[in-house]
Amino acid sequence: METDKIQYGNSQDPVIKIEGLYKSFDELDVLKGVDLMLKKGENLAVLGKSGTGKSVLIKLLVGLLKPDRGNITILGQQLDKLNRKELNALRLRIGFSFQNSALYDSKSVYGNLSFPLTMNVKNLTKKQVDDAVEEALDAVGLLDKIGRRTEELSGGQRKRLGIARTLILKPEIMLYDEPTAGLDPVTCIEINALIVEMQQKYKTSSIVITHDLTCAKTTCERIAMLLDGKFLKTGTFEEVFETEEEQIKQFYSYNFTL
Amino acid sequence: MNRVGARKYLFSKKIDSYFEGIYKGYQFALRFFKEAFTSPFHLREIINQCFEIGLRSLPLITMTGFIIGIVFTKQSRPSLENFGAVSWLPSLMGIAIARALGPLVTSLICAGKVGSSISAELGSMKVTEQIDAMEVSAIDPFKYLVVTRVWATSISIPVLSFYCSCVGLLGSYYNVSTEEATSLQVFYTNAFSNISFLDLFSSMTKSIVFGFTIGIISCYKGFFASNGTSGVGKATNQAVILSMFLIFLEELIIVQIVNWIRYF
Ligand SMILES: Nc1ncnc2c1ncn2[C@@H]1O[C@H](COP(=O)(O)OP(=O)(O)OP(=O)(O)O)[C@@H](O)[C@H]1O
Ligand SMILES: [Mg+2]
Repeated sequence: METDKIQYGNSQDPVIKIEGLYKSFDELDVLKGVDLMLKKGENLAVLGKSGTGKSVLIKLLVGLLKPDRGNITILGQQLDKLNRKELNALRLRIGFSFQNSALYDSKSVYGNLSFPLTMNVKNLTKKQVDDAVEEALDAVGLLDKIGRRTEELSGGQRKRLGIARTLILKPEIMLYDEPTAGLDPVTCIEINALIVEMQQKYKTSSIVITHDLTCAKTTCERIAMLLDGKFLKTGTFEEVFETEEEQIKQFYSYNFTL
Repeated sequence: MNRVGARKYLFSKKIDSYFEGIYKGYQFALRFFKEAFTSPFHLREIINQCFEIGLRSLPLITMTGFIIGIVFTKQSRPSLENFGAVSWLPSLMGIAIARALGPLVTSLICAGKVGSSISAELGSMKVTEQIDAMEVSAIDPFKYLVVTRVWATSISIPVLSFYCSCVGLLGSYYNVSTEEATSLQVFYTNAFSNISFLDLFSSMTKSIVFGFTIGIISCYKGFFASNGTSGVGKATNQAVILSMFLIFLEELIIVQIVNWIRYF
């Protein structure tokens, strides 16, 4: 695995490459030929209406779901060619922040962070674990909640803890599933700043799924519009929204008349 | 891609999914055997679960075991009295409890108490995506959650069964001692005199099988729970019912086999 990492120094290659991806559930076709590319160091926003398959798309990227057809290449490795061990090694380099946070509710705030760390990195001293946990919590501004139980956290705090839990493994790619959904504007701004900070501080490349155009605009260099199971338009914010496409215009005006 | 009508059912939707369920369960159990003996073992989690299952069930098992000992002795006494064979009471109870009652009662209680809590826990972890979260942080949820719990039930339920049998005999002695002047030592000597090694062995085997059944069924039901919180309730319910049903079935089969060995 180490050698892969060194080989992958080439900054020209995309970190994520998706080609012709299809996914359906029973009779429901969700993704119908998705192509997408994520460049190194870039933040990409994926926009789209509820139920268009945004969450499904990033679950496919970490192997939580299997595609019906199509190729996914992440950090130079083709996903369907990996065995379980290789897949797990790859997953460690990807941070996945769930739409509903998916915190381990039987564990404390501290436990939520130390669990993935101690399970994946052997022979850490107590001090090393403590330091790593404190650093991750500090990054999301939750250091004072370290000893609390997860049910004592508010929605925004849960979101941030979910992000901290992925940070602790120092991922090269971050996948955020609606990091700002259902939060107040102030917390949204905080989380947006956090996403940008992660990009700069840890040099991560990210996909940010969102309904929220402000979030997309402040955190991402590029935007991709998912409609009808395909990417309708990809490009910078201006490129995507300077269009005559009715559905995109609708999405835009709806967001900004609110 | 028009896939409507592409899928046909072999019999009907219900029957198909029933057999699919059996097959999936079989695969699930198979996967346990594949992964139960390879590292990482998560020994700490196994010990944790053993304590969780064993210690938490202790008060209930103690009470039930004791009461069952008393009740069965009380109920058996008149029939034995008819034959003037009250002195056989200890050995009768010894056989009844060691061979059948101890493992069966313990397992049925644990199917309710332990099985439901395992499937509810795993089920709610499933529907709140905590299991997926483990998976994406490269922790094998099957190993960490399922294998450890099945190990724990397979270890602690035999121990609890043995304990339940001892307490049951104590209950029986309590009842005997109120009616006749028997010392505990005489009672136990009588009780154990008719229990063979085969009895103990079959009881142990039985309770290991029961423990395994409870663990694997409740993990299976929890691990594949769907449809939100109501799905968790349903999974828990099914886990308890199915474990109890299988325990009776296995009891029947094992008794047949043991009898066959006994009179061979
Ligand atoms: N495990 C599943 N089984 C069956 N259908 C599913 C499954 N997961 C998702 N779907 C279906 O796929 C479609 C896309 O779901 P997805 O969760 O990706 O939407 P989304 O774009 O993330 O929406 P939202 O913005 O509301 O989160 C939905 O219609 C959903 O019903
Ligand atoms: Mg979603």
